[in-house]
Amino acid sequence: MSAIGARETMPTVDEPLRPERHRSVARMIDLLVRSLVPVILALIAGGILLVILGRDPLSFYSDIWHGGVQQGSWQDSAMRMAPLLLIAVGLIFVFRANIWNLGYDGQFLLAAAVLSGLGPSLVTHVPLWVAMTILFLVAAGVGASWTLLPAGLKAAYDTNEIITTLMMSFIGVGLANILVKGPFQDPTVNIPQTKVLPLDKMLPAIPGTRIHVGVLVALAAAIAAYYVLTRTAFGLRIQVFGANPRAARHVGVQVRKLIISAFLVSGAMIGAAAAADILGVWGYSRANWNPAYGDTVIPFVFLARLNPLAVIPFIAFFAVLSTGGDLAASNANLPTDFLLVLVALILIFMTLIEFVGRRRDLGQSYLPEGMREALRKPLIRRRQESVASPTEGQEAA
Amino acid sequence: MVELRGITKAFPGVVANDDISFDVRRGEVHCLLGENGAGKSTLMGILSGIQRPDSGRIRVDGEDVDIASPRDALELGIGTVYQHSTLIPALSVLENLMLGDTHKLRLDGVSASARLKELGTTLGVEVEPSAKAADLALGRQQQVEIVKALWRGSRLLILDEPTSMLTPQAVEELYKVLSRLKENGLAIIFITHKLHEAAFLGDRISVLRRGQLVGTLDEQAVKAATPEQLEQRIVAMMFGDAGGGLADAVELKAELSVSDQLEYEAQPVPATAEEVLKLERVSVRGEGVEPGLDDVSLTLHLGEILGVAGVDGNGQRALAEAVSGQRRLQRGELLFFGARIGHVGVTGREKLGLRYLTDDRLGEGIVSGMPVSINIFLKRIGQAPFWRQGRIRKHAIDERARELVERFDVRTPSVDARAGTLSGGNVQKVILARELSFDSKVVVFHKPTYGLDLKTTRTVRQMIRDMRENKAALVISTDLDELLEVSDRIAVLSRGRIVGEVKPGPGAAEEVGRLMIGDVSLGTRAGAA
Amino acid sequence: MSNLFHQAALTALISGGIVAGVPLMLTAIGETISERAGVLNLGLEGMMLVGAYVGFIGAYYGHSSWLGFGMGAVGGLIACSLMVVLCVWLGLDQIVIGIAITLAGEGITSVLQGAQFGTTYPRLGAMTEVHVPLLHKIPVIGPSVFEQHLLVYLGVALVFVLTWVFRRTNVGLNLRAAGEKPEALDAAGVSVLATRSYAVLCTGALAGIGGAYLSIVGAGVFTPFMTQGQGYMAIVICMLARGKPVWVLLGAFLFGISLSIATALQLAGINISQDLINMLPFIAIMVALVLFARRSYLPPALATPYVRGAR
Repeated sequence: MSAIGARETMPTVDEPLRPERHRSVARMIDLLVRSLVPVILALIAGGILLVILGRDPLSFYSDIWHGGVQQGSWQDSAMRMAPLLLIAVGLIFVFRANIWNLGYDGQFLLAAAVLSGLGPSLVTHVPLWVAMTILFLVAAGVGASWTLLPAGLKAAYDTNEIITTLMMSFIGVGLANILVKGPFQDPTVNIPQTKVLPLDKMLPAIPGTRIHVGVLVALAAAIAAYYVLTRTAFGLRIQVFGANPRAARHVGVQVRKLIISAFLVSGAMIGAAAAADILGVWGYSRANWNPAYGDTVIPFVFLARLNPLAVIPFIAFFAVLSTGGDLAASNANLPTDFLLVLVALILIFMTLIEFVGRRRDLGQSYLPEGMREALRKPLIRRRQESVASPTEGQEAA
Repeated sequence: MVELRGITKAFPGVVANDDISFDVRRGEVHCLLGENGAGKSTLMGILSGIQRPDSGRIRVDGEDVDIASPRDALELGIGTVYQHSTLIPALSVLENLMLGDTHKLRLDGVSASARLKELGTTLGVEVEPSAKAADLALGRQQQVEIVKALWRGSRLLILDEPTSMLTPQAVEELYKVLSRLKENGLAIIFITHKLHEAAFLGDRISVLRRGQLVGTLDEQAVKAATPEQLEQRIVAMMFGDAGGGLADAVELKAELSVSDQLEYEAQPVPATAEEVLKLERVSVRGEGVEPGLDDVSLTLHLGEILGVAGVDGNGQRALAEAVSGQRRLQRGELLFFGARIGHVGVTGREKLGLRYLTDDRLGEGIVSGMPVSINIFLKRIGQAPFWRQGRIRKHAIDERARELVERFDVRTPSVDARAGTLSGGNVQKVILARELSFDSKVVVFHKPTYGLDLKTTRTVRQMIRDMRENKAALVISTDLDELLEVSDRIAVLSRGRIVGEVKPGPGAAEEVGRLMIGDVSLGTRAGAA
Repeated sequence: MSNLFHQAALTALISGGIVAGVPLMLTAIGETISERAGVLNLGLEGMMLVGAYVGFIGAYYGHSSWLGFGMGAVGGLIACSLMVVLCVWLGLDQIVIGIAITLAGEGITSVLQGAQFGTTYPRLGAMTEVHVPLLHKIPVIGPSVFEQHLLVYLGVALVFVLTWVFRRTNVGLNLRAAGEKPEALDAAGVSVLATRSYAVLCTGALAGIGGAYLSIVGAGVFTPFMTQGQGYMAIVICMLARGKPVWVLLGAFLFGISLSIATALQLAGINISQDLINMLPFIAIMVALVLFARRSYLPPALATPYVRGAR
């Protein structure tokens, strides 16, 4: 099952051990171009799509600006950042180890369900900050525990974690719904949802703003993750394992332990994301609620080259896009799922740009040789009489 | 019959082939000789359609041709036995041979069997058509590869380093097959880096050096010269009068000449010497098609170099990994200076001074995307004084790395350069720097010189010899000459068992070869013809 | 009395299992083809959705389920041509592109549905079924197994055709070689890229038809995200079946039955939370993975792009 191992096209991890000053300006510009161009191309392609659908792309994008930045809505965007950033950091931990934790939805929603079930009674019994700390820990614990089975299977039998995390995700989403509809259901309402936290019992706001402190927690997590991943032995082991798992085994990294701990950290971060979102913004969980933050975070994690600090501006950008996207989509009379298309486009352009960049470095053409041949030759029979066509002759010359 | 004119092919950073002209005729063996990285495989890749030349022409039977893909080469009658096996282990021999025959939808097993029989008779080999490729001995696999290369009526056969994995007996058999093919009028290109093979087989010999063809010895020259003269001339061509200096070349030649001229350095170690490493009836599990170890006992004394010979894939990896701690013992015990270490992990053993120089340098030896400095410290992650409270101390690491890079003569622009950008020889030196420093006591060398250039080979062998001084070495190698040269004793590994022990000396090679084959029915049956 | 109930429940269970199993089977068969050829296709979910939407549109406006299936196949082909170009030809990361295709498929079908119908979800009429002569009169088995859409029988036939292709034909041999050791296939003079391209196109078409079946026959309506992870289930079925089409068939229908168990239980008068029912197939898969994962087999070259001459 180790077939899904080495992935060369995955954006390479930045070398953290090299001091910044050694990096040439050209390399910085190159990095910047590689990071920004996919986003710009995706916005253009998305605009073309809007035109095809008969919508005005300019007003769509300016609506995003209105709804995401202007008139204090930047504060909403900042709050949207908290869960996104925590999930991004959680994904960076596993992706650096070349482990695909794609079960973020289940981890997130299950943590959200558990903490919004426990929250309302807890906040009435203990001081607010104690309650908040406990709830963050509970959420992190729930998120982490939901990665245990995939982590254990991968560690013990090298079972493909893409499959197991996805399956666990579906189970987690279902379980979250059962919890919200069952034991945690608010008996006073008819809709399937948990009790709502009173406004004064949620995460406090940063003075002078509406922004809750969960955003600060997320930023702190990103900085801590950066330190751990680039300056400590644990971070280096993760990087060695991610770059070459066989080398990791050879040099004595305890691979099983590493897989499990990377998974647990990842799940805990994603659980904490749920805490930041529920305790900071929503105050309760609804059944069948799924913001699918994880899906949308993935491209930005890659664009930031798995660097927890570099991912912050990308997440800020996407937070604006998604906060403003609600307004823009409703004005354009489209489902907000349009943002998914944008995200997919960013992913595709990102890999393409990465590919072009790599080819250029090697001094080769943009397209591999086989590409021209591939479709010309049917699977079963090649026309025996096929003589070299004029274009082929030129290539050979 | 086939002619290459002015072939040039450049890869980023290197010119692999620089204006090479080369030809081969019917009924001859043309040997292409050169060191690793001289551009031999690239040149043949161009002939077999794997690579395309940047410039130059290829002519077959006097006509210009364009070989854009392996299919074009096959249609022109050029069959290739690649250095790396192209047999698919999971498929049967017949299925492997039928692969690529796309004229019909249905697989035609009957006529394929007939064709196999026909070719088998020509070659003097016999293969069970329904056997899985993975179950065949390596010598037998190679015969199937030759059958495959001839399957569609090839007139030119290219063999790329065909002897590197074979027992001495299987090499003999290969020579026989080649001479039969030659008699049948086939043209053969034989690529090798071994001098004596070229001198023995070649009707003509061409020498490549750093991408350039430095000369061709024609039939008269080859026939007229005595073996010694021939080798002298080839050495002169390979290493040139300029550059390395002739004295150097002569020395190198002495080291790489044919095996019966070997100097044996075996020094019997007194039985009273301390036992530094002892395997007591060790069994470990195999991985995939590779066998594990079955009840292996070995003892290594202080100051001793113990060689382990065997055909590749007979449990070498299992042995190396069992000693290094990468694979858990199923049964038996491992003693290091008398202490039980069977339960100690890789890091624990490396701290004790038990080191493992892996054969899979790029696969597990280094992390190619990381700097040389980190690669030297890969086995000490988190240890003082280079890490303190889990935090990396970059300066301490760089300083020590620079020192080691100098001592082991690693040619790298800086210790910050990515290890993957170094040449094969320098990668090996990085790994040597890691395994031999920091108080090493016992080192397992696994194919220590495989694929290295001559100079690095010499350096590495000297390092192994130096282990006699108050240390000890276990050298696992498939290069019998190497083992005969450096070791004090040679244990022979076959199908996961130690089947015997031989003392280096005259006649030892034959004895080892006999032991290697072990169970005759599974080896390459010499009398199959 | 209760016997009659049980009979109705059993009929519903099997019939529902088949209806739910067919999209899974078609998609998993498709995935088998491309996995055998060495391409891991994580975009199945997106391809199914595109097939479901386009197929629904075809059936809705063309008033023919066959037109719908055809359109679904075309939709799947378009979605997976992205994979062919990016992953097979350019050698980009199959996992990243797979995720991208899934996201794009989810987004675009939801957007198109919204742009086309707003928030209304028009329904299709019941589809014509084939009544297999005589056999359909057998109690329980008859109405459940032998009164299905013709596509069901074609799909099952496809499984056996594919088994034959893998075992006995050059095409099958090439496919296997492309997944086991592409350099060997290349050395034998067959284009690896072409072989893999056709394999992936087959996957796309089959996933598209599977999606179309889901919307046209299964639900009679297209709703965004209606596949609910079936694309991923298909991947798991394919992995557990170890590339054997007959096992895919069996696995798909087992999971189909677990999907349809809710309706059957309701008919039998037992009420269980829908959420729990939805989780069942995934729990079943996890159990299967825990029990059998050690022995699942994947082609060695899976998910690695092929570059000629690279070592």
